[in-house]
This record gives sequence, C-alpha cells and structure tokens, in this order.
Amino acid sequence: MPILTFKGGVHPPQKKHFTKDKPFEKLPLPDFVYLFTTNHLGAPAKPLVKEGDQVKTGQLVAEATSTISANIHSSVTGEVIGIESFINASTGRKDNAIVIKRTSEDIWEYIEHDENFKKFSKEELINIVKKAGIVGLGGAMFPSHVKLNIPANKKVEYLIINGAECEPYITVDDMIMKTYTEEIIKGIKIIEYIVNPEKIYVGIEENKPEAIKAMKNSLKNENIEVAILKTKYPQGAEKQLIKAITKREVPSGGLPIDAGALVFNISTTYAIYDAVINGKPLVERGITLSGGVKKPGNYWFRIGTKVSDLLNQVGLVEEEKIDRIIYGGPMMGLPLPSIDLPTFKGNNAITVLTKEEIPQKHEYPCIRCASCVKACPMGLQPYYLKKLADARKNDIAQENGIMDCIECGACSYICPSNIELVKTFKTTKKVIKAIQKRRV
Amino acid sequence: MKLSTEAAPHFRTNNTTRKIMIDVLISLIPVVIASTWIFGFRALFIMLFSMVFAETLDFSIVRFVRKQKDHIPDFSASVTGLLLGMNLSLAVNWWQIMLGVVVAIILAKQVFGGLGQNFFNPALVGRAFMVISFPTAMTTWYVPFYYQNPDIVTSASPLGIISEEGMNTVLQNYTYWDMFIGRIPGSIGEVSALALIIGFIYLVIKGRIKLMIPVSYIGTVLIFSSVFYMVDPTKFGTPLFHLLAGGLILGALFMATDMVTSPMTKIGQLVFGMGAGILTMIIRFFGSYPEGVSFSILIMNAFVPLIDDWLKPKIYGTTKGEIKHA
Repeated sequence: MPILTFKGGVHPPQKKHFTKDKPFEKLPLPDFVYLFTTNHLGAPAKPLVKEGDQVKTGQLVAEATSTISANIHSSVTGEVIGIESFINASTGRKDNAIVIKRTSEDIWEYIEHDENFKKFSKEELINIVKKAGIVGLGGAMFPSHVKLNIPANKKVEYLIINGAECEPYITVDDMIMKTYTEEIIKGIKIIEYIVNPEKIYVGIEENKPEAIKAMKNSLKNENIEVAILKTKYPQGAEKQLIKAITKREVPSGGLPIDAGALVFNISTTYAIYDAVINGKPLVERGITLSGGVKKPGNYWFRIGTKVSDLLNQVGLVEEEKIDRIIYGGPMMGLPLPSIDLPTFKGNNAITVLTKEEIPQKHEYPCIRCASCVKACPMGLQPYYLKKLADARKNDIAQENGIMDCIECGACSYICPSNIELVKTFKTTKKVIKAIQKRRV
Repeated sequence: MKLSTEAAPHFRTNNTTRKIMIDVLISLIPVVIASTWIFGFRALFIMLFSMVFAETLDFSIVRFVRKQKDHIPDFSASVTGLLLGMNLSLAVNWWQIMLGVVVAIILAKQVFGGLGQNFFNPALVGRAFMVISFPTAMTTWYVPFYYQNPDIVTSASPLGIISEEGMNTVLQNYTYWDMFIGRIPGSIGEVSALALIIGFIYLVIKGRIKLMIPVSYIGTVLIFSSVFYMVDPTKFGTPLFHLLAGGLILGALFMATDMVTSPMTKIGQLVFGMGAGILTMIIRFFGSYPEGVSFSILIMNAFVPLIDDWLKPKIYGTTKGEIKHA
C-alpha cells in the first residue's frame, strides 16, 4: 500500500523517543479534582450537585444543556466542596469547575452497558455515548454523540480512525494502539454498527511501526484497513487526514460528513469501547507527560486532576531550566500561565519545554521566501493574510480564506523571519466572528 | 515558577533570514574567485567596495534614520551590494559605484520600507541607473586577463559582436568553452557560467532558491532562441550562445530568484521566468542595447503583484477559481 499524505506541511523534530516505549502506568488517585462545566465544545453543562453532596466515581455531576454539550461525571469518589472558577485554557476564559474532595478508593457508578453491544439499537448506543459524556479526545472536544448522529440525508462512506498523532512528544494514541489493540477494534465495531460506513480505515503515521504492525495483525480478518501515512505535521488534522486517505476535500465551511467521511480519534474510540462494554463514563484518559520531566511516560489519569499533581508524579527538571509548560504538544499546545490549573477531557499531553529547546529568536521582516505558502496544508497564503490582518482588511482576508485556517502553526514554524503568523490569524478570526455575531 | 505564555507553535525552525542571506553570499564566493582570476584585483575591489558600502549604508539608515535600536544586520544589503558589483563593468570608478549603491539601497529599497517591501530588485535598479547615467563606463568591456597583456585592454562583448557583425565573427574570437569558463569580456560577475553554476548548486542543495524561475527563464530563452536560430543562424546566433554570452545565467540564477521581488507560487514563478525569458530575447534581438537580462527582470518585477493575485494556490475545500465571500 502506498504511503499517503496531503499537500503542504512541515517536519518538526519528533521528540517521541522519550515516551514511545513507556507502557501505561496508572497515576495514584488525586485528592481533589476540578471538573470544568466547559469540558467540551459547546454550551456549558449544568451542575447537578451542591456543596456537601457525596458522589461516586462515574456519577453524573453536570448534565448537557443543549444540542452541542456533554455530560460530566465525577472522576473520584468523594464529597463536593463547591464550585470555583479557574482559567480554562481551552476557552481562554475563567470558567466554573465543580471541586470534589476524594474521601475513599473508587466506588463506581456504571452506566448501562453490555458485552454484546448489538443487543442495543443504534439510537440506544448513541445515547450511551451521550450519557458517558464522551467528547473528541484528540483535543477538539466536540461531543461524540452529536458526531454519531448522522443527518438523514447524509451517508458515511468512510469511517476513519485517527491514529496519526503528528504532534511532537505525544505518544498516547501510539501506546493505546499497541496496548489495547483488541479494545480499539471493538470500539471501531461499535462505531461501525452505529454509522454503517462503506469503508473503514485506521490512519497511522509511518513513524509508529509497532502500532501499525499490532493493528494490522489484529485486523487480518476484518473489513478494516490500516492506512499508512507519511510522517508529516499536521497529518492528524481531520481535513488533512481525510484528504490523504480518501483524496476528497471537506468543503470550505462544511463538515467531514459533507465529504462522506467521519473521523474518530484513537483515544475517543477507546472511550466509546470503555463506555459501551464496561459501562465507564469518561472520567479517565491517557496522557503523555514529557519534555523537561524526570520520569517521562504515558499515564492514565483522572480528568480534573490539577496539572501540578500530575507533574509531581513525574518530577520536574530544575525550575530555572523551564521556559514554559503546555497543554498538548509544542505545535498547537496552549501555554499554562500556572501549573495550579485543572486538566480537562481533551488533555492528551502536558509538555514541559526547557529554555534549551526554545532559543530566543529575532524577528526579521518578511522576505517573501514562500516557505509559508509551501507549508500551508490548507492552500492559503499566510504571508498575505498576515499583511491583510495587520492592515485590518478583514473582508479581503476572508475572501482569501482566513476562516479556513486550521491554526496548525505550520506557517509560523517554518518562517525564517520568525513572524507570528498563526497567532495573528487566531486573533483576527475571533474579531471576524465577533463582528459577524453583531451583524445578525 | 515563572512560565512563559507565548503562543503556539512553541517550536520554530532553526532557519533564519540572516542564514538565507549568508548562504547567498557563500554561493557567490566561486564567482568572486573566478572574476578576480579573470579580471584581476580591480574586479575584487569593485565587488567588495560595493558590498561593504551597501551594508554600511543600509545599516546606517535602519539604525539612525528609522531608529531601530535592536536592528541586527541581516546581510540582505551585502547581497545587493555584491550583486550590483558583479553587474558592473570594470571601467566604472569608485564614486560611480557609490552613486549606484545609493540608488540601490535608498531609492530601490529603503524608501519602500526596507527589506521585503521593495518591488524591484535593488541591485538591478542600481545597475539600470548606472547604465543610463554612465553609458560609456558601463559598456566598456575589459578583455579577460588584460592585466597580463596590456596591449589590448577593451573589446566588444560577444553580445555586442553578434549584433554588429554576426555569429561567425563571435566564433572566430571565442569558443563555447571560453564562454563557459568566462574567458570573454563582460560584466565582472557574469562571464563565468561555471562559477555561477557551482554557487547555484550550493543554493539548491541548501534549499535556498525558487528553482522554477531559473528553469523556466533559461528554458524559455533556449526555446525562443532555437526558433530564431532556425530562421537565420548567423544573424541570431545559437541557443547555446544565448545561454552563455551575457548576463543570462547570472540573471536567471541569482537576480530573478530574489525572493522579495519574485512570485510566491510555483505556477507564478513559471510565468515570471517565461516572461523574463521572452523579454530578454526581444531586447537582444530587436533592441538597440545588446543585453536584455536586467531590464527584463525589472519589468517582470513590476508584474509580481499581479501574478501573485492571479495565480493564487487553490484553497482546500474550494473549487479552483471560486471566489470566497464573507
């Protein structure tokens, strides 16, 4: 099978060797968890508990409020302390979080489940996914039950399971594929049963030969194909993955389903398996803790654990050496203003970057070298968009596709003049969206 | 713990604009050596003088006129200065060079806003100014190795000979091998195709060049001259002659590929190179001035904003030619 890819992209250093052979370890249960009511894309969930309530692990503590929203479950067994507000790196605002103090080991409260998932109807399965509060664990945190609800006039031709994992440092999905191959396949079959696709692919980058081998061996007798992808950033971006595997493009402003495709991340697939087969709502997930830490590795952690608690488990390098700590990987990761903040469902990594890795760079003027144009996986002209954005020519920027920018950062990465391209686009997109809202 | 909250991406390439410019300077070393060998130390003086003066002038403007206190020289002005020096005749004197550099750095670059903002290749603007202002000096060609044999110092360039006397006379005076290694009269840096190609290969290996431009430029010249060669070989000359005589290789490999003044997309670069190729041949065949490279590149520089606008890449998820509206 040929190695598939998309047009554009960059090759940042991979840095996966720290953790790619580290089997999962379960981190000890945290003493406190902090569950954001905005632990997903869409409307905040509505808290169902109050101060003093006793909760079990897996108990629903906040429920979805609208079409695009998701349930939130307690990730420990304990007592609700109250609702406090914290900076939520995924929204950039201060959001409410339900604070729970752990009082004992896990006492689980499971949701409805069955080893034989075919016992349920499609609607019932979607409902289980909804009840379990599953969201896209690749980082986007889009509620999974919404994705599974295929509009009547659309058809899923391609179901793509995203195991590309193109961000440097991160190895959770790689390790899940190697460790839980059978579970992943079961998860895929649940999704297959719900959406009835014509063809199923598991997309994995070339740099994960063991995961490719493990998946291939277990998929011998299945109607599921492993698509080997070129190691290139952002290969794991939904639109680029669809293009690489199906040669189709998601229409501008549209959804993958408009190109007949549906994409689920490996970790999400595992969470769907865990909910339907074992009855576990989404309260824990895999994470890579890497970079400037003493014990880099892949871990299972409870959602809502403070970053500082996670980092205490692996030990930081000397404080003077640390430049920044980010949620996620170095290409798209959000920098933490403080480690005293909670984790959320989308956290697939915490990366500690040392000063060594982040050399101070001088900004030069744009010399039109065209590197950004070559690198843009969306076919945009970042240098030109930057000019337009700086001049506040928002309408022309829109005509030139600024809203199609997937904010992957390939342009900023490659720019020899160290110009903050993607940072400007993020801001301009926010401004444009705000203006559009006001127009309506 | 004090954490930096700079925005993503947190990784950046090690590549810098300054490194690009240094690589261009390195790639020109073979030409500097060849030109010094062919035309003596006077050639070396002209190139270095032009380079040092250009960098000093550029730095002074940014530092003292623009008052950018944190300015670190990016060496783009050195590239401009060195290329201008290579585009001169040996007959120019120091104050003429200074004027050329002033025009290149101030008029062609800094008044537009400095590095990256100019529409025209500064070195070529400087040269064009000097061709018009000092026509005699700029078209007085020294013969190679004149310093060893001072009997004949100047002569017509091959392009001058062909427009006056035809291809046969050229071949009586020079072989293709002479033209390839640089034993011909001409501008300081344009005569040795060999040295230029060595430097160019370095840039290609380093990935520092828009490869489509030299390919389409030279390709167009070869096709265009082949057609005319078939019409009248003695009058128009062979394609190989047009490749090696004059400034085509210097222009196509090092001037037309100037990042700032050339198009951004591959298809745009193809059009740019073809346009420059056609214009070069029109000027060479029908112009009163024997060489067409620098003027054709300058004319194509003017088209770059239009080319970039017409030949945008296709945006993912849109059909080609679709206009996006808010």
